[in-house]
Amino acid sequence: MKALLEVQNITKKFSGVTALNQVSLSLEKGKVTALIGENGAGKSTLLKIMSGIYADYEGAISYKDREVQFFNPKDAQELGISIIHQELNLIPYLSVAQNIFLGRELINGLGFLDEEKMNQKTTELLERLKLEVDPQVAVSSLKVGQQQIVEIAKALLIESEVLFMDEPTSAIGESEVEVLFEIINQLKEEGKAIVYISHKLDELYALANDFVVLRDGELVGQGEVKDISRDQLVDMMAGRKVKVAKKEKRSLTEESVLRVQNLTLKNPENPQRLLLNNITFDLRKGEVLGLYGLMGAGRTELCESLFGLHHFSMSGQMMLDNKETHFKSPIHAMERGMALVPEDRKRDGIVLGMSVAQNISLTVMDKIEKVGLLNKGLEFDLYTKHVSSLKIKVNSESQLIRNLSGGNQQKVVLAKWIERNPKVLMLDEPTRGIDINAKNEIYELIAKLSNSGISVLVVSSEIPEILAISDRILVMSEGEITAELSSEEANENKIMNACIPVNQN
Amino acid sequence: MISLKKYNIAQFQSLIALFVLCFVLAFMTENFMTTDNFWNVMRQISVNVCISVGMTLVILTAGIDLSVGSILAFCGAITAGLLKYGIELSSANLFIGFTVLGVVVIGILAGGAMGFVNGFAVTRFKVPAFVATLAMLTMARGFTMLWTKGHPITGLGDTFGFLGTGWVLGIPMPVWISGIVVIVAMILTTKTRFGRYIYAIGGNENAARLSGIPITKIKIWVYSLAGMLAAIGGVLVTARLDSAQPNAGMSYELDAIAAVVIGGTSLAGGRGTIIGTVLGAMIIGVLNNGLILLDVSPFWQQVIKGMVILLAVIIDKTNSKDE
Repeated sequence: MKALLEVQNITKKFSGVTALNQVSLSLEKGKVTALIGENGAGKSTLLKIMSGIYADYEGAISYKDREVQFFNPKDAQELGISIIHQELNLIPYLSVAQNIFLGRELINGLGFLDEEKMNQKTTELLERLKLEVDPQVAVSSLKVGQQQIVEIAKALLIESEVLFMDEPTSAIGESEVEVLFEIINQLKEEGKAIVYISHKLDELYALANDFVVLRDGELVGQGEVKDISRDQLVDMMAGRKVKVAKKEKRSLTEESVLRVQNLTLKNPENPQRLLLNNITFDLRKGEVLGLYGLMGAGRTELCESLFGLHHFSMSGQMMLDNKETHFKSPIHAMERGMALVPEDRKRDGIVLGMSVAQNISLTVMDKIEKVGLLNKGLEFDLYTKHVSSLKIKVNSESQLIRNLSGGNQQKVVLAKWIERNPKVLMLDEPTRGIDINAKNEIYELIAKLSNSGISVLVVSSEIPEILAISDRILVMSEGEITAELSSEEANENKIMNACIPVNQN
Repeated sequence: MISLKKYNIAQFQSLIALFVLCFVLAFMTENFMTTDNFWNVMRQISVNVCISVGMTLVILTAGIDLSVGSILAFCGAITAGLLKYGIELSSANLFIGFTVLGVVVIGILAGGAMGFVNGFAVTRFKVPAFVATLAMLTMARGFTMLWTKGHPITGLGDTFGFLGTGWVLGIPMPVWISGIVVIVAMILTTKTRFGRYIYAIGGNENAARLSGIPITKIKIWVYSLAGMLAAIGGVLVTARLDSAQPNAGMSYELDAIAAVVIGGTSLAGGRGTIIGTVLGAMIIGVLNNGLILLDVSPFWQQVIKGMVILLAVIIDKTNSKDE
């Protein structure tokens, strides 16, 4: 088979640091190539070079046997190469249709925008992707997962021949993943070449023909997916044996720390629809409670409600340490011993322009004060303590958090809450977009914290993750709890069965 | 280390620009490098420094305050009016007189109250800062006109005048006052929880809220402080001229924003320093002074000032790109 797109000896440096070193790769028509590697291995950099985002690199790219040089993404797009980024690139206040047609607007006979036709085409595209939203609705009102699908629709509109997908499933639930896989298979049959980055190895077996493994900017393995085992892949990525820790059964006290009864949350935009419907559950002392659900199931809303973010639209009872509470704000919730590590780290978790030490101390400012003034020494002690206990990879306390990898950023967010020694720690997708080593470290940390008596509520979209870390699992679907499973009885099948919405017609 | 280096570079540039400017003016004019002129410049910028410090706090939270010029005028007028005429309640046959200290405190509190209204509108009613403070700009100017009936209030006495024209230990009073303001603000921004929260809110308001930072309270305080600092500026202006002018402080907010921006503070919030702003105010002050000494026409002065602001931001952007 002849290569459609070929790159040879690509090297890319960022201010002296080598991000990619002599990487060569060829993509064939009708094949899905899985590009895997830890965070920082150079996957995204490689995609960005192949799609024209980075124009200064060493090496050669040839497309359809012709040497090409892209100066910007538009050059690549015009040849039929497009990329779906890991970070969403949508304009929040424009409608779904306006976003999809951005830069490629349709014009009617009078030279004005042909909104009608664009909306109609968008509806067709979204139908293909099985996303039921009004094309005229603003993107900002969609959930992250829905936005991801809009992003995919945008790439499909160009009719690309080469399609790069950078972790397209990191934010979407399993049923959307299935839809996406169908689409990818369909595109494959149409003869398109696809590069797919994901941390979820299971997906690669379901999708990919070939694999390419990068580690520290170098190509360390490539071949056909059918010839290689999962363990071998993981070994290649990490360069050493990494095993996913299995949760052992533990005996827990029956003492309940948090009791939630009939928690109901109205949708402010649509009062008829409930975001949370009669949620009732207990969280025991020292327990790790897993919360699984598809996108839109209400997992994030539940955490937010428990953290005092929806005071005005929620109803129901909450008992913390057998005392009835109504949190009016995050400050209130936090003072009573709640903690929340949010789903979207960059948006809600960290202050990008601040240093690592400053991000850690944000929740515990009283601990670094002396006679009303901030004390650098105390702040440094706090920083040192968490950097060593959480193994945060950082150069110095004043390094900006924006320069850390996702896993290390997440550890900083964890540190600022651990320091408060909360009663209830809520983790919303704590390992999203994080490499396997950092994931395992976070699993170990969760186990350690629960052993010390902290009750942990973990939201996750990955069933293996939920199974590996939870003492008990709650499954949510459309704002309701549809199953409660102990760690012994839980398995993939039961969870999947409970999370798929039941058609009530 | 990176953040440290970054701030230093931003300040370093302003400092170099200031030195170059002074160097050039020293050669091109006879009077620039004289003690008289030095204190003259320092005294002139002291009002802008006070306002700009408040503006820095507001901009660090990713806000803006357009009302400071009008608040300055109103507070100057309140101070002058109460000092000169007191309050006469004819129905109760009562007259209340005020000391200088009394009127200054009342003036500053009035500025704080107006700032509070700004902060309240911005936080409780989610009015964009630009709009809320634009409304206050108009209202405060209107109140000033009502209070002064459109005429200057003059003849305020020597004690009050000392605040604007007096010297202590060889340093003019306005310079003392703005100097104290700067030192307090530097401590506030770098050494206190309040200051840290300001940076966090400007850097990422969502993360700040979820970290339990009292956003509403901090923002209301920031706007109130900006109002108080504008009022201090109002007292200085009024004392120096021995007169509260109803149209005082016109477009001072723009000079303040210019000083903040030249000083390397990001209008997007979360990044910047008080010392940068002081250098920014000094650059504007020296430039104004130098252009007058060089006998440049006032029309050209404006063109040149505008170009300097643009240049400063372009340099700042080019540097922050490689972060």
